[in-house]
Amino acid sequence: MLDPRIKAIEHRLSQVKNIIAVSSGKGGVGKSVVSSILALILSKKGYKVGLMDLDFTSPSTHLILGIKGLFPEEKEGIIPPTFEDIKFMSIVYFSKDKALSLRGQDFSDSFIEILAITKWNKLDYLILDMPPGINDATLDVIRYMRKVKFIIVTTPSILSFSTVKKLIDTLNTLKIEIIGVIENMKSDQTYSIGEELGEVKAKFLGEIPFDPELEKCFGNTKMLLTTKFSRELEKIVNEIRM
Amino acid sequence: MHEWALAEAIIYTVTEIAEREQFKEVSRVNVKVGELQQVDLEIIKFALTQLKRGKLKNTEFRIEPVRARLKCRICEYVWDFNKNELDEEVAEAIHFVPEVAHSFIKCPNCGAQDFEFVEGRRMYIESVSGVR
Ligand SMILES: Nc1ncnc2c1ncn2[C@@H]1O[C@H](COP(=O)(O)OP(=O)(O)OP(=O)(O)O)[C@@H](O)[C@H]1O
Ligand SMILES: [Mg+2]
Ligand SMILES: [Zn+2]
Repeated sequence: MLDPRIKAIEHRLSQVKNIIAVSSGKGGVGKSVVSSILALILSKKGYKVGLMDLDFTSPSTHLILGIKGLFPEEKEGIIPPTFEDIKFMSIVYFSKDKALSLRGQDFSDSFIEILAITKWNKLDYLILDMPPGINDATLDVIRYMRKVKFIIVTTPSILSFSTVKKLIDTLNTLKIEIIGVIENMKSDQTYSIGEELGEVKAKFLGEIPFDPELEKCFGNTKMLLTTKFSRELEKIVNEIRM
Repeated sequence: MHEWALAEAIIYTVTEIAEREQFKEVSRVNVKVGELQQVDLEIIKFALTQLKRGKLKNTEFRIEPVRARLKCRICEYVWDFNKNELDEEVAEAIHFVPEVAHSFIKCPNCGAQDFEFVEGRRMYIESVSGVR
């Protein structure tokens, strides 16, 4: 009982230079905003960028970027629709904003299915918005996308950082590259993740302050790119060689 | 048509098996295709004839449908998937990613959306035979 889709994934991703999973372990820390705006920033810099929303239960990158009315073209596979030069894939094309609760194997099967039929062609960066938790999505990404690298998002909270440490351990054990950790929603609190990172094997990439203007700009990419959030994220992007 | 992508997936996989098994030629491949996905078998067959080459040049591909059956995890009721009960948009979504059936289909007995696919969910390669 051989599943022919597995072999196809390798071919579908063969022209994708970098795959970056934006992950955390923790929920609600800003993974979706970071991945959406990261895709915008890289695309603006002239790279060929794809964005894939892997949060099948609560997809949200389409809401952040204001993507609607798109559907993939079926042509010897499926061609991801382009939104402002970003090739965008999300389960919302198919689940139509209805609730979708998937158990482990069903998650894996839909993940494999989408990867096996999606023709990204040439990409410099494929950004993955990961669901919260260290679970099926994390394990499947590692299993089927061998060259994936992780950007980890945390908030300046001991609770968030303790989960992040577990994710870092898991990735280190599996020998998966970690680009580094972004500290999001930073306020003037004293607790600093940057200092704590010394004890784990991951690089501190920088911090993004809490930006009260952010939500107002959802759905409007021009405005999103002018936010404090985007400017700080862009500084981080300029510093790292991804 | 994404049938084409599925046909490519079969070719990639069988080619790899032929290498691993050191077949000079692949004589026959049996493929089962679950009906849930509503794949057009004729298009798959056509795509395979267009895509096969090298060790697969003379391969006979047998493509057979498998009836899709679902089983409710709450009340254990088992039923057959029937495409004609769905509207076109939903049928299309399930065609691309069968698991989204969980967003649209309910158990006819108790109304739950927590069901599993007993069989006929997807396509798989049942056997590959060749000459060494
Ligand atoms: N730096 C920031 N300043 C202000 N608000 C922020 C900031 N970062 C994230 N948010 C807000 O926090 C909320 C959670 O962000 P987001 O949805 O990106 O998190 P997430 O990690 O993807 O969540 P989930 O785990 O549910 O997928 C959103 O409402 C977002 O607007
Ligand atoms: Mg999210
Ligand atoms: Zn039932």
